[in-house]
Amino acid sequence: MEAVAQKYKAKDYKSDLKPIWCPGCGDYTVLNSITRALAELALPPEEVAVVSGIGCSSRIPAYTSVYGFHGVHGRALPVATGLKLARPDLTVLVTGGDGDGFSIGGNHFLHACRRNVDLTYIVMDNQVYGMTKGQASPTTAPDWEGSKLTPEGTGINPFQPLVVGLASGANFIARVSASDPINMAQIIVEAIRHPGFSLVQVLSPCVTFRPEQAEWRDIVRTAVVDYTDDAARAARRLMTDDGFNVGKVLFKGSRPPFRPEFEHTDGSVAELEARFAL
Amino acid sequence: MTISSVSLVIAGSGGAGVVTAGSLLLDAAAKAGWYALMSRSSGPQIRGGEAAAMLRFATEPIMSHDDSFHLLMAIDWDNITRFSAEIPLSADSLIVGDPVHGEAPAGLLAGRPRQAALPMTDIAAKIENGRPNMVALGAIAALIGLPADAMQAVVEDNLKRKGQAAIDASMSAFHAGFAAAADLPAIPKLPAVSATSGPRWSITGNEATGLGVIRGGVRFVAAYPITPATEVLEWLAPSLAKVGGMLVQAEDELASINQIIGASYGGVPAMTATSGPGLSLMIESLGLAVAAEVPLVVVDVMRVGPSTGIATKSEQSDLNIAVYGLHGDAPHIVVAANSVPDCLFTTQWAVHLAEAMQVPAIVLTDQAMGQARAILPKPAELAFIGQRETAKQAVEGQRYKRYAITGSGVSPMAIPGAPGLTHTADGLEHNEFGTPSSQASDHQAQMDKRNRKLTQFNYGDHWADIEDSEVGAGDTAIITWGSSTGPAREALRRHAAAGGKARLISVRLIAPVQPEKMAAALAGIKRAVVVEQSHSGQFYRMLRAFYDLPAETVSLHQGGPLSFGPGQILEQLTTRSA
Repeated sequence: MEAVAQKYKAKDYKSDLKPIWCPGCGDYTVLNSITRALAELALPPEEVAVVSGIGCSSRIPAYTSVYGFHGVHGRALPVATGLKLARPDLTVLVTGGDGDGFSIGGNHFLHACRRNVDLTYIVMDNQVYGMTKGQASPTTAPDWEGSKLTPEGTGINPFQPLVVGLASGANFIARVSASDPINMAQIIVEAIRHPGFSLVQVLSPCVTFRPEQAEWRDIVRTAVVDYTDDAARAARRLMTDDGFNVGKVLFKGSRPPFRPEFEHTDGSVAELEARFAL
Repeated sequence: MTISSVSLVIAGSGGAGVVTAGSLLLDAAAKAGWYALMSRSSGPQIRGGEAAAMLRFATEPIMSHDDSFHLLMAIDWDNITRFSAEIPLSADSLIVGDPVHGEAPAGLLAGRPRQAALPMTDIAAKIENGRPNMVALGAIAALIGLPADAMQAVVEDNLKRKGQAAIDASMSAFHAGFAAAADLPAIPKLPAVSATSGPRWSITGNEATGLGVIRGGVRFVAAYPITPATEVLEWLAPSLAKVGGMLVQAEDELASINQIIGASYGGVPAMTATSGPGLSLMIESLGLAVAAEVPLVVVDVMRVGPSTGIATKSEQSDLNIAVYGLHGDAPHIVVAANSVPDCLFTTQWAVHLAEAMQVPAIVLTDQAMGQARAILPKPAELAFIGQRETAKQAVEGQRYKRYAITGSGVSPMAIPGAPGLTHTADGLEHNEFGTPSSQASDHQAQMDKRNRKLTQFNYGDHWADIEDSEVGAGDTAIITWGSSTGPAREALRRHAAAGGKARLISVRLIAPVQPEKMAAALAGIKRAVVVEQSHSGQFYRMLRAFYDLPAETVSLHQGGPLSFGPGQILEQLTTRSA
């Protein structure tokens, strides 16, 4: 195992492209943790694909040296679903932000959790739309008045991604902090290894439009309990948690990953055609 | 008229067994060696609504309905006037109704058809488990010359599982109706066919569409149900499994288009089928497939729009969105099937085009051909197989260029799994490596290459079906596309039978446009009639924008769900052609 683990280093999974992110952005750490995790898993770069939609964090694929797909806003999960079902031999990661995943892509999030295809979904949650210069996202607090679009705040409660993910059937749920890249890499390794749909929420501060999020590194705490495989217990914990318990897997389910169930036969096109013949 | 045919409608309320009766009749006609076309029209009810099965039988292949129906067999009159515009009746037509349901509604009588009574309910009541629709079938068979033993064979096939008593009950009702028809006025009878000219198929347009994509090599399909495209997907689900492919039901059309993008990026040819509302949702991601150069096929089985429109009925009005719907300059393929069997040809060709050019291809069919079942000559084997140019090996010391500028515009595509060729496919404008770029020079170069792929491709003769009247092309052309081709083709043959010259041009490759080929096809043509089923004349306007048309070109267009009859087009030919 040791010998295999040394086969690749984190830098082997990085491209030489310079990220467009602001200095101090949490997403740098996430990129580092992903590449570190891939090195630990010793996955050949050509057997990994990272799929994303649109947003700051959705830029990650091009910053890696694996196969990447950078699609349209909100649709990363269906692209990844099609790719993984068509190519089960690949390890498929999905990266994106809270707006991409929970607002414009919200329906796909529900059904990706439900469908339980063997994917790892890493959501960099900074509670803001950064690429469009600072609007409230679905995870923004209702009284945040920092956006010209909603100067009085949104007035609506934030979306609870882990609760919704659990209720929708996600098979692995974890929350990590961008301030602890080593821990994040370990959790990503576990998420990739766990069969089915794995959801990893990363508290990844936006230093430009939410500078107050710099305090997150001091607020976050390592969750005191280990993961449960009991969804009801996980739901209670998630419903009562303040969003800053990080660093541990919160839920691991045992549903088998989705594969379309058809009776596959070694038929030919000629057999299909024969049914039309008179 | 060159085609010896008989046309009839069976109509009735839900539970009357109209569609079942139509299907049995079609199968019996197949056994009798005839060719046939059956369309159906139904009300908006999910189950139990009024329905009409429109059938035309002939001793040679047909691709269109006639101008009017010889026979309307009404099991009852419930809501039948909802169909009256779709059931043209003339003074030669015969309406047969059941006296227990009263008189024929006045709305059916505008063409002064003949009327007759057939007490289907009373006749059926005298037979244990007898049903009025089987009595009706017996009378129809006697009227059109369909041998009773053909129906016997079909009923035996269909009711095998229900046992001999059920078969006997159905056939007793059938024979009673057959006998009762002796008292009915005559309509044209078709001659018996001793031996058919070759192997025949019974297939719907939607089934042919599914078969076409499988033949072309598609092995991944994402599906979201929508009328009238659902049958394409329902046929594909078990059929794909038989050839090692898969179908996945998606949560919406945004997901289905993006799932097939993912599968195709993974190297597996992929498609989905939808109708206008679904195509509208897919448009943004079709642009992604253009930019990221991901081959795929989207079939749009068109229905009446805009918005939800009339979900169960046909129209050729998605041409504009298919051609112009994508934002930015986004070259892509739009092809259109022009008949039930052409659904097979055109979808198979579309897979070939999409894969060869790494581009999305939209295939336009419609409800009329999609949900029509035809008995037709066995379609030819086709050589089109989707073949993608792939990059297989990394070149030492050279970074792989996913979007390399090439003469053909096509860049060899690395499929995930290939070592040394990793890259990111991107909907952002990019340079040759796929790296996002906002530079004008990269945008220009990539736009040029994406356009070049389509303009330099050799489409051969398949861009259009061109047919001349048996006595020559003359100087008059019908230019049409899609479902309007069937009646236009028949109009051309009727015109020829009367010694008239004309040329039919049915455009299959809607985009990219083919001005040189059209110019050659229009050589010597002085007048043209453009025929389409759209209220605003979308096809005519597109032709005007991209082609040099004869000075005397008229547009014959109407919105759905009414379709053109051959006679309407023939009238244009006879009044206009020299």
